[in-house]
Amino acid sequence: MSNGVLVSQRLKMVGLYSRDHFLPPILVLFILLLLWEWLTSASGSTLPSPTRVLAETWELIVDPFYDHGGNDVGLGWQILASLERVAYGFTLAVIVGVSLGVLVGQSTLAMRGLDPIFQVLRTVPPLAWLPLSLAGFQDSQPSALFVIFITAIWPIIINTSVGVRNISEDYRNVARVLNLNGYEYFTKIMLPAAAPYIFSGLRIGVGLSWLAIVAAEMLIGGVGIGFFIWDAWNSSNISEIVLALIYVGIVGFILDRLVAFVGNRITRGTSAS
Amino acid sequence: MMKEKYLQIEHLSMTFGEGSKQTHVLKDINLQVKQGEFISIIGHSGCGKSTVLNIVAGLLDATGGDVVLDGKEVKGPGRDRSVVFQNHSLLPWLSVYENVALAVNKAFKNTMNAKQRHEWILKSLDMVHMSHALDRLPSQISGGMKQRVGIARALSLEPKVLLLDEPFGALDALTRAHLQDEVMRIQADLNSTVLMITHDVDEAVLLSDRIVMMTNGPEATIGEILDIKLPRPRDRIEMADNTEYNHYRHEVLHFLHEKQRKH
Repeated sequence: MSNGVLVSQRLKMVGLYSRDHFLPPILVLFILLLLWEWLTSASGSTLPSPTRVLAETWELIVDPFYDHGGNDVGLGWQILASLERVAYGFTLAVIVGVSLGVLVGQSTLAMRGLDPIFQVLRTVPPLAWLPLSLAGFQDSQPSALFVIFITAIWPIIINTSVGVRNISEDYRNVARVLNLNGYEYFTKIMLPAAAPYIFSGLRIGVGLSWLAIVAAEMLIGGVGIGFFIWDAWNSSNISEIVLALIYVGIVGFILDRLVAFVGNRITRGTSAS
Repeated sequence: MMKEKYLQIEHLSMTFGEGSKQTHVLKDINLQVKQGEFISIIGHSGCGKSTVLNIVAGLLDATGGDVVLDGKEVKGPGRDRSVVFQNHSLLPWLSVYENVALAVNKAFKNTMNAKQRHEWILKSLDMVHMSHALDRLPSQISGGMKQRVGIARALSLEPKVLLLDEPFGALDALTRAHLQDEVMRIQADLNSTVLMITHDVDEAVLLSDRIVMMTNGPEATIGEILDIKLPRPRDRIEMADNTEYNHYRHEVLHFLHEKQRKH
């Protein structure tokens, strides 16, 4: 009897939580879809309505992993190809970016020398690097990786250096009283103390690289969600573009949350999620 | 056998800045501390008492004079002089256990095996009654508990002299009294040599064997040294009615508020 009361209380709590947290976005989404349907339902409309998108892309939705050879592969493969590029470019940006950030944060001389150059270079739009890297690498694959790398690295450098520069004098004193050597100071004090800053840089960086890869792939071709969009545009398949945009948005959101989650785990909750 | 001249501070002076912006903070500080002695340094804020402690800790280099500990001149920080900082300075990403482990694993890397070090960490935390919170993060424990862990970390290094930089200044009165009693008990058990910075007159009289009273800066130096000949163990409730205790208390207050009045 009391068990039954407990279960029904639980259910009531879950119900209340869902009502407060899930109902508002679902409601707004439904209204937006209705609005979209209403705006595009007139005959001669240039953009497809949601129901038309669903009907025209149903095959792509139900079978994301088909492979008909060449560029003709499912959306799952396209997104994985883009994610692979981001993984390589971003990993490289993390390694180089954190190292340079530590250097600039630790040494005033390095900061004076490098910071002005960073401040200028970081304002260059990602795609502006593409022709230069194509000229340099003579190949589209490394060029795409380079664009990701150069896009993601600036926020990582800048946040890491701010984090390192802001390490409290107290922690430095603790390290000195305990006689920590350079390596111990780096791993036990500097990295954990700067971790919240580093992870906010990584979050911005991963978001920017996802933005950049979609744009870069439109230009370099091959398998990838960016070129998929461009290909759909060339064959006037607007419904496919809409579907691809939804996927791009969802994957970008997941990437952002993933980095935030890892950061939160590593810094034990001291980094904002 | 207790060494008479364990910690010697000789002709210590400290100047910050250069040229016309020079400020002479300390001038000609001389102090000899016996092994096992509890010394408090008291003075108005800004008189440079923390500077003295930082020089002994090796965190600052004096511009004149020297510090000798157990026959060896002090140069830079070392584990023979551990510091309890006013704001505890625990690393927030490490648990209570890990904070002490960082010190113990570094200091006794070559002299103890992993099991001995583990037991030593537990013993150090047990000494300050923090064994119940080994896995807590500093953000999950109270201010008084953080300071206990700070004391455990400092004691775990088995320092020749324990340096306390206003260790109870940020705590509420009840917690402060509690921790003062703990420090008295631990000091009696270990016979530690302690140098404590404070601005609390009662704290200085209750805990110390000698109180070093500093004049106001700039060019601050030692004004008077007061011997506290109260028997140990001392009980704070008994002390409240003790005429001798109140006499010492009055001496310190007289020095701070009449001779060295802040204008």
